[in-house]
Amino acid sequence: MNDYLHLLGLPFMQRALIAALFTGLAAPVVGTYLVQRRLSLMGDGVGHVAVTGVALGLLTGISPVWTAVLVSVLGAILIEVIRERGHANGDVALALLFYGGLAGGVLITGLAGQSGARLQTYLFGSITTMSVTDVLVTMALAGVVVLLGLGLAPQLFAVAQDQEFARVAGLNIRVYNVLVAVLAAVSVSVAMRTVGLLLVSALMVVPVATAQQLTRSFRGTLVAAMVLGTVAAVGGLLISAAAPDGTTVAPGPAIVLLALACFTVSWPVGIWLRSRQRLHRPFPVVSAGAHQVVEEGEHPHEHGADCGHVAVPHGDHVDYVHDGHRHAPHGRHYDEH
Amino acid sequence: MSAAPGSTGPVVELSGGAVAIAGRPILRGIDLTVPAGEFLALMGANGSGKSTLVRALTGLHPLAAGSLRLFGTPYDDFHDWRRVGYVPQRGSAASGVPASVWEVVASGRLTHRPLFRRLGRRDRAAITDALEVVGLADRAGDGVSTLSGGQQQRVLIARALAGEPELFFLDEPTAGVDLPNQHVLADSLATLSGRGATVVLVAHELGPMATLVDRAVVMRDGRITYDGPPLTHDQAHEPELSARVALAHVDDLDPGHHHDHETVARHDHAPHVASPLDRPAEEDR
Repeated sequence: MNDYLHLLGLPFMQRALIAALFTGLAAPVVGTYLVQRRLSLMGDGVGHVAVTGVALGLLTGISPVWTAVLVSVLGAILIEVIRERGHANGDVALALLFYGGLAGGVLITGLAGQSGARLQTYLFGSITTMSVTDVLVTMALAGVVVLLGLGLAPQLFAVAQDQEFARVAGLNIRVYNVLVAVLAAVSVSVAMRTVGLLLVSALMVVPVATAQQLTRSFRGTLVAAMVLGTVAAVGGLLISAAAPDGTTVAPGPAIVLLALACFTVSWPVGIWLRSRQRLHRPFPVVSAGAHQVVEEGEHPHEHGADCGHVAVPHGDHVDYVHDGHRHAPHGRHYDEH
Repeated sequence: MSAAPGSTGPVVELSGGAVAIAGRPILRGIDLTVPAGEFLALMGANGSGKSTLVRALTGLHPLAAGSLRLFGTPYDDFHDWRRVGYVPQRGSAASGVPASVWEVVASGRLTHRPLFRRLGRRDRAAITDALEVVGLADRAGDGVSTLSGGQQQRVLIARALAGEPELFFLDEPTAGVDLPNQHVLADSLATLSGRGATVVLVAHELGPMATLVDRAVVMRDGRITYDGPPLTHDQAHEPELSARVALAHVDDLDPGHHHDHETVARHDHAPHVASPLDRPAEEDR
């Protein structure tokens, strides 16, 4: 245990924890808007494009984070343009860039004379090797994403919810569409060192998928996704640090698997909540409905607040769902509704 | 910038309007003026161009020809979008992420809300009022996707309502909505109209809203074929909206097959191409 605490106190581990915290907070913010637009795989597409960016960094000697930001922003804008102009679906636009980005990245890495292992630190993350500068860049970029993602939430929500309405409301929807694309690209570059480019999308989307099992409002989903993302990122890192000597638990996959574990837990809860809600939804009030009276002798049971039967509001009274029947108390007997 | 609120000039003025989608002329020669406070029903068969016309009036489709003025301001200079409310033709108010009824309605307040600013007390009051008008105040906290189709349509109307606009465009709000919900919709629109709002309603069938309509415009094949007092459903959907029906109401009717030859085409030696999307002859000279 002391060893563990000692490990957590080491500077590289502290840097990693800070990076995980900021990444976990920022990625789901953009992820929420992407899921809302039904573009969950956008993060993946942009992540693949960023591979080319990283490779360009390796080739030119410029810091790969900045080349990744640049190339993935360009890629994200291109996806938006193809989506808007090319009449291709969002997913086709993504697929086109997906392959181009990955192939270009591997090709350029080879040209740069770099080994595949070097590229792999970006593909699957290497959170424990981050320098102080890396951490500062991560914090700054994550801060921008959170600030814009939350500050412009009403506008971004409206544009993602209903573009035509947003346009008639006087919003410049192209600006907001590109903004989301750029924020996605920045988040990808931020999360690149934490979970790696190939797993980036998971940190953006899985917390949102988990959150929406339990929430009913957009704001609730957004906040819960941010909390879940942070828990997964920091928790995954702590778990990987706790691995016994001799075994290697890579932080990136640990973070993603922890996020997926959260989803696995929330999923059945969500199913249960939704079915419960369905059962209790009020029955529609239909005037002059024919009903039959339940014979008194046939119904010895007395319905009430705690009788165990599902109580469903029905107009001005309550129906009790009872073996497929709907019983409404009426004087001393029950009506069958 | 624009006419002062409360002025009674026309709210929408479209003259010689034409819309082309991907190069194909869809609407031609549309002249439409809507005075303030009027309840206008835009009717016609599927594909007659009524939705396209409303989308052109809101600026969603650019005009290929003609000029559009909203509240007396030319469209290009018009930025006062808080005066316009739009209910798009949309089966559902749901998206990929859960959103509560209140949140969707609150997005209608955007036109009044500066960037990075929270909702004020007036905003909240307008949202609550809009929910009450459509009769969904008790469902404010529920997820939009748990509502029925008719209720979701009412959410979309409340969203437009929350912006407190003076001019409403509604694109087929009753499509696929059952009769009880259509009655609630009609009541909401009656409240709206009673407050002095101008309403442009696109509808295939008016149903319970028929009593609200001040004026009907019938479209056919991208042109206005009737403009006058409200029509019954059967009249509006007669295959060739005949002169008989139209004549009974107005003098300046467009008969069923009307061909635009008022301006004699200039004939010089170059082949002359005349299409509704050409610039007016005056500009060519």
